Amino acid sequence: MQAEKFPRKTAATMSYINKPKFKHPQMQTNDIGLTRRDYEGTLTTLCGGCGHDSISAAIIQAASEMSLEPHRVAKISGIGCSSKIPSYFLSKAHGFNSVHGRMPSVATGANIANKDLYYVGVSGDGDSASIGLGQFCHIVRRRINMLYIVANNGTYGLTKGQLSATADIGSRTKSGEESQFDNIDMATLAIELGASFVARSFSGDKKQLIPLLQAGLSHKGFAFIDVISPCVTFNNTDFSTHGYKNTWENYMALSEVDFVPMREEITTSYAAGKEKEITLHDGSAIHLHKTSNDYDPTDKENALHHINAYKKQGKIATGLLYINQSTSDLHELQETVDKPLNSLDNQELCPGNEVLKDINNSFR
Amino acid sequence: MSELIQSSKVTGLTKVNDCVVKFANVNGSGSASANGMFAKAVFRMGIPISPHNIFPSNIQGLPTWFEVRINENGYLGRREGVDLIVAMNEQTIAKDIASVVPGGYVLYDSSKVLANELLRDDVTYLPIPLKDICLEEFEKPTQRQLFKNIVYVGALSAFLNIDFKVLTGLVSDQFRGKEKLILPNIHALELGHQYAIDNFACPLTLRLEKSEKNKGKILMDGNTATGLGSVYGGATVAAWYPLTPSTSVVDSFATYCKRLRIDAGTGKKKYSIVQAEDELAAIGIAIGAGWNGARAFTATSGPGISLMQEFLGLAYFSEVPIVLFNIQRVGPSTGMPTRSQQGDLLCCAYASHGDTKHVLLFPANPSECFDYAASAFDIADRIQSPVIVMSDLELGMNEQICDPLNWDDKSRYDRGKVLDAQQLDEIEKYGRYLDSDGDGIPYRTYPGTHPHKGSYFTRGSSHDSYAAYTEDGSVYAEVMDRLTLKMKTAVNYLPEPEFSETTSNNLGLAFIGTTISAINEVLDSLAKKGITLDTMRIRAFPFHDSVTEFFGAHQLVYVIEQNRDAQLKSLLKIECNIHEEKMHSILSYDGVLITAQHIEKSIIDSMIDVDASGEVPA
Repeated sequence: MQAEKFPRKTAATMSYINKPKFKHPQMQTNDIGLTRRDYEGTLTTLCGGCGHDSISAAIIQAASEMSLEPHRVAKISGIGCSSKIPSYFLSKAHGFNSVHGRMPSVATGANIANKDLYYVGVSGDGDSASIGLGQFCHIVRRRINMLYIVANNGTYGLTKGQLSATADIGSRTKSGEESQFDNIDMATLAIELGASFVARSFSGDKKQLIPLLQAGLSHKGFAFIDVISPCVTFNNTDFSTHGYKNTWENYMALSEVDFVPMREEITTSYAAGKEKEITLHDGSAIHLHKTSNDYDPTDKENALHHINAYKKQGKIATGLLYINQSTSDLHELQETVDKPLNSLDNQELCPGNEVLKDINNSFR
Repeated sequence: MSELIQSSKVTGLTKVNDCVVKFANVNGSGSASANGMFAKAVFRMGIPISPHNIFPSNIQGLPTWFEVRINENGYLGRREGVDLIVAMNEQTIAKDIASVVPGGYVLYDSSKVLANELLRDDVTYLPIPLKDICLEEFEKPTQRQLFKNIVYVGALSAFLNIDFKVLTGLVSDQFRGKEKLILPNIHALELGHQYAIDNFACPLTLRLEKSEKNKGKILMDGNTATGLGSVYGGATVAAWYPLTPSTSVVDSFATYCKRLRIDAGTGKKKYSIVQAEDELAAIGIAIGAGWNGARAFTATSGPGISLMQEFLGLAYFSEVPIVLFNIQRVGPSTGMPTRSQQGDLLCCAYASHGDTKHVLLFPANPSECFDYAASAFDIADRIQSPVIVMSDLELGMNEQICDPLNWDDKSRYDRGKVLDAQQLDEIEKYGRYLDSDGDGIPYRTYPGTHPHKGSYFTRGSSHDSYAAYTEDGSVYAEVMDRLTLKMKTAVNYLPEPEFSETTSNNLGLAFIGTTISAINEVLDSLAKKGITLDTMRIRAFPFHDSVTEFFGAHQLVYVIEQNRDAQLKSLLKIECNIHEEKMHSILSYDGVLITAQHIEKSIIDSMIDVDASGEVPA
């Protein structure tokens, strides 16, 4: 393996856009000495104003503030506008843009191979609620320790504006097509299927989204965030329930979340009732400010009741909707060894010829 | 009735260590373990044997057969015609009795009178009141049912001269740990044995004698060997969806992992098995794990292969190593789920849309299933692409005599071109798809290796040498050309064809996999007629140059395969540019193993055709 085998890249081989590498000398660094730039990806090729770019920006800020080591993250997506997002954050992390609707299986395999990385799956409503609904359901059931984000715009952007399965009944696209079918609510579905962290947010509400992303990354188990992310080109009409207008007007936070990284001592004390503090497995904590005393995000039925009650009023329930800290992830359920499976060597895996002789004897 | 049968003056077949015994049973009646015991007893007597399960896609009620060929010369392919039938299924008894060759034997349950139309005057009947014996001797209804099977095995031991001690030894082995089952089973064997001795002249003229032919050998099925080979090959991730006849590959992997892959200190598992929601997820999980540096596999059959096509294209184009075991069954569509075929060659060789090509391995016996399973993980890592091991139901689910499995303790896993953090530090700029060595195989990195070097974005969309998205046609074409080169390089890591010693004549036989079971018999039989042939057993795709050379060295090669459309012949035409006139197809696609008789007849018929036209091929 010699260095000269890998020559410098020439301009001729490039057909994507590199972000300028310039760093302002006084740019702030985080606890591990990295700046925001170190968490960025390539320049976006999405439409100007696309909600998805706000999601990328929120992930960059969330990871930077948490001082995540970028290379300890694996980013996995399916196909569609949403699935381009992993290109636009954490370029020091390995990424895998797989096939349409199948990100969950690829993420499952990756997680099984090495449990020591952070896994961020990014998908869309077409990718996860239609072609990949089966895989979505089963990754939830399998309790993969990861953060799964659906950039939900109610439409198929890359194929120019067809309705998706999350589009609410009566919602209309730019071309005037009206959704005649009941929508699939990914958040309630995730709760039903056993996800242990379920949130909903809005790409336009960074203040809410960033702590949710941080909490989701810190949560041990399957963390799901349904992020309403308007498609400015095909589904941002006044008649679309996934456009900016409707989302701002009907956006209801069931809870507000502050994320407290593990290195910070928790000093604030909260009044009982509407406030709740939840310590996560890695030592960080979330402070939850609930909208009402009778809402309990640790109670499955109660959480579903509140989300559905809002839905009946045409409101979109957001915030941390449900959390369960007492479930095990797949590795714990399967009792895999502490070392990542991809690091086990010949000696640890191969039983050797003496054992094989005994096995041969059992077939005589 | 019994008198009528006894009075018939039939001369029974007189043969030693050469017969086909067939058991006709009702699925779910508990016959499998009794029939297996019979086969194992013959194996332990040292006589070559090949058992074949011909079973329905059903749990209970439909007919099932267990056909055993016993042959001192080691001719272990299927043979047409049955010498002794154990007719236990009323649904099929007419057909079963009709399948017996003249001079053969019919063992049946005489607790019920045999209908007149089932009587033949050219076979010998061996009536045993199985039901009545079991009603008298056993209390529990399940025992009364199950032990009918053991009683007929006991009777067969007297008829065929099977060493009774071998049988009792087998019972003890089989029920080790469940000792209270041993005595009733031995009692049932004795009942059958004694009844036969008391009522018939035992042994028959069709009989067995101890032999030395199985020295050192084992009796194992291919799927068990495949699962075990995956353990030895270092697989840590298995993702699968249940599908006959591939299910027992993962069953075997699980069984041996439980024994051999538990961490001694913690009791934790050095493996993970995921039963996926479908075959798409199964291969997706394997690809995710392969991408992340674990050795991963999935096992499936035809319908699963169809579902996995898109992912196979992704793994080919994004260059992710995975191993896929295809235990082929009869297609198209659901086809005959419990019958065997070599019908997936074309759809695996070029699986997925666009220009693709995949490495295929063709094991022919359980030892090779073990070896190829283990080495498939090395090959996949080395070439960073899927490796498809093409077994079939016949090989996967039936026990075969084969050489014992062997592992070279000095061997080390070949993880291929993977850069670690230190190697990355030495590099100025890393390119995931850069052909640094000129062999078409780039260097890969595992996620999490280095803080700021070596990361890349894996994608199934067009990319350049640095894994960046591109729609530049010439860059795309360069990558595709490199993949062509990579597949040429891959051939160096694949098993060469197995050639017979050349007899320097003009005729050859080319075949893959389970067809081998018929070949020796064909060659010996044709040699007696003055026809000699050279053979080539192809063991991998893409083909070695020696495959093309074999065709060059022979005037005509019979390409034998078990499918309708001569798929191997098509591959040879496409890949090696072999002329149509050089190849003569011999095909079999009825779902059971090809027979020597069929191959021999096809060869002779083809010569007669050619003779008539005035041209002599040899």
